Amino acid sequence: MSAKKVKTTEPKAAAPVATCASCTDPALAAEAEGKKTIRVHHVTRVEGHGNIVVVIGENNAVETVRWEVPEAPRFFEAILQGRSYKDVHQIVSRICGICSIGHQLSSLQATEDAMNIRISTQTVTLRKLAIHAENLQSHLLHLAYLVLPDLMGVNSVIPLAETHKPQLVGLIGLRRLANEFSRIICGRTTHPQRMVPGGFTKLPTEEELLQLMQSFRDSVPGFKEAANLFASLAGKFPDFKRETEYVGLVSPSEYALYRGEVGSTDDSRKPASFYKDVTQEYCVPQSTAKWTRNKRDSFMVGALSRYKLNHTHLKPLAQDVAKLVGLTPKTVNPFHNNLAQLVECVHSVEDSMELIDNLLTNGIKREKAPVIRPRAGRGVGAVEVPRGILFHSYEYDAKGRMVEADCVIPTNMNHANIQKDLEGLVPMIADKSEAEIELITSMLVRAYDPCISCSTHCLDITPNQESKPDRGVRFVYKGR
Amino acid sequence: MQRKPKIAFFDFAGCEGDQLQVANLEETLLDVLGHVEVVSFREVMTGHSDNYDIALVEGSITRPEDEERLKQIRANAKILVAFGACATIGGVNTMKNFMSETMYRRQVYGDNARCYDTYAARPLSAVVKVDAEIHGCPIDRNEFLRITKDLLIGKRPFVPDYPVCAECKQVGNICRYDLGQLCLGMITRAGCGACCITEGAHCWGCRGLAPMANLDAARYVMEERAGYSRSEVQDLLRIFLSHTTAPL
Ligand code: SF4
Ligand code: SF4
Ligand code: SF4
Repeated sequence: MSAKKVKTTEPKAAAPVATCASCTDPALAAEAEGKKTIRVHHVTRVEGHGNIVVVIGENNAVETVRWEVPEAPRFFEAILQGRSYKDVHQIVSRICGICSIGHQLSSLQATEDAMNIRISTQTVTLRKLAIHAENLQSHLLHLAYLVLPDLMGVNSVIPLAETHKPQLVGLIGLRRLANEFSRIICGRTTHPQRMVPGGFTKLPTEEELLQLMQSFRDSVPGFKEAANLFASLAGKFPDFKRETEYVGLVSPSEYALYRGEVGSTDDSRKPASFYKDVTQEYCVPQSTAKWTRNKRDSFMVGALSRYKLNHTHLKPLAQDVAKLVGLTPKTVNPFHNNLAQLVECVHSVEDSMELIDNLLTNGIKREKAPVIRPRAGRGVGAVEVPRGILFHSYEYDAKGRMVEADCVIPTNMNHANIQKDLEGLVPMIADKSEAEIELITSMLVRAYDPCISCSTHCLDITPNQESKPDRGVRFVYKGR
Repeated sequence: MQRKPKIAFFDFAGCEGDQLQVANLEETLLDVLGHVEVVSFREVMTGHSDNYDIALVEGSITRPEDEERLKQIRANAKILVAFGACATIGGVNTMKNFMSETMYRRQVYGDNARCYDTYAARPLSAVVKVDAEIHGCPIDRNEFLRITKDLLIGKRPFVPDYPVCAECKQVGNICRYDLGQLCLGMITRAGCGACCITEGAHCWGCRGLAPMANLDAARYVMEERAGYSRSEVQDLLRIFLSHTTAPL
């Protein structure tokens, strides 16, 4: 199906009020008719609110499969308007607690691009470390607290504290290291304070970096244990295959996380400024978040996509871990995203050691902040955050105040793919019990590690669609 | 033995950064879990129960439908704790409260606008009675531990009522104003140890106004003495301190 054909259909379909998720619930009627109905109201162990609705009729015929996002919208793109370039990266940090570093970095890139601010090699190295730190802490959180319970057949990490204490404490120890890593580079693990347009307001000391190096060296056995643990559990992932398009940053020289071009398994690579061509966004009735597509109906971003596009640049130990857990670049099983996350953790540690070694060899030094002369212009930033590629695109006026902001967030890019995966997966498991279907579909959603709380700005950018502004949003202020 | 108090976590509009701070307690979290029973924590566990003693609520109220849910939580809980700036003072979500309705209509959701409810963002205390507040964006892990401990033993938790400047002096920072920069430390409630200033930034006011803060005097210092324009001062005040009856 061509992308064009679909494009013209769905904004129209979304128009009538009666189609929004909060107004209709096909599952209710189906349940009344005695059909097998699975309604996961707010998938747990993900960030933010998402629902799964499945209705299975007679002879296990799948009637409805829906991935819904009912999260309260927070309107970040709107509140950025008129804001000074100095504050923007701090404000967008609050889009997501887990990806706050990534949002800051993408935002800084966009601002620096718009105002032609050059940053030093040292700043680039530190920012690459910041990305590694965030990916590491987020991946480990996801693997230990959110995925492991599924693989162990329990409903949260809490019982594992009794049954699998050593493994859990091992993973928690690695995560503490990742948090400490973030703090040393950025100041704070969530909403850090040191990064500003042009550089850093405070630098890690040599002692801190040396200490970090030592901790990384000491962490290798822990990662090997984690790899063994997940290798032993890899068989627990459902055997599900669905080919799709995989999108992520690519670079000829490295496993691209901080900079590169937008690459795809189906498409030519493009500079980040062409992000709208790749992420054609559209609104769907069941979701407060936008969906995206490129060459097919949907594409996937995240650790698995990065791995597929960049695996040749992985560091040696990460390659070994991939082998150990049975991850290959050919895989089209979305559950393997979790294995790719583990491989990325090891790569991040190895690459960070090289980067820190670099910093220490050259000597970490205070640098003069670049002179910033605000000017009117546009800029785009793109970095790889834990859940996939993240774009910020800004337009500033001559005083350095925001005219228009557009943030395209990885989980939004994955929504359509999650829906398509569910459509492929549910018929395969339609004969199972409601509880099993609920578990497997929830696991699928969790495999994507969605961060829905940040993914909910459905800013309509469809160019050929006439917007009718007066059809009221209810904006009521009831005082205290 | 007495039964363990039941704790539940809830979130409204926010970034879940404060819940993340709780998860970030790492090994200490396992100790805490030995003393309480967590019955609901969607971010890290499956399963939920309406039977809880303490409700920890993150995020601000941005839709009429949120109010109903919050009132239900209030009715179920013996103690309701607002944690994080979004819950205690409305947080960054309140920035939209200064925007015109037209702006929303034009910009957000286009044609689908009327599917989604929204109104001016507000802190929990604007809707229900709040028993304790844990300030910050994000919250400080150690303060979270201290306040939770106090609540568990039935003690009124201590929250500073003096401004960030006091702590800033204590840790020996050079004042931002001496470096020719703006800072909101003089009107913001302390308790964070002036961590942002220590990291080379300035105070954004994430812990809310200190109880006796003199906004007029602060404006005089920022505008007349430090020479910042009205709009620069306003920009800063309107990131976190927006939910107030004072004109910002
Ligand atoms: S207070 Fe800050 S950290 Fe907490 S939810 Fe709000 S934006 Fe996130
Ligand atoms: S830097 Fe800010 S918090 Fe510190 S003394 Fe100056 S005004 Fe107060
Ligand atoms: S210094 Fe200000 S902005 Fe930073 S944590 Fe403290 S109160 Fe919040």
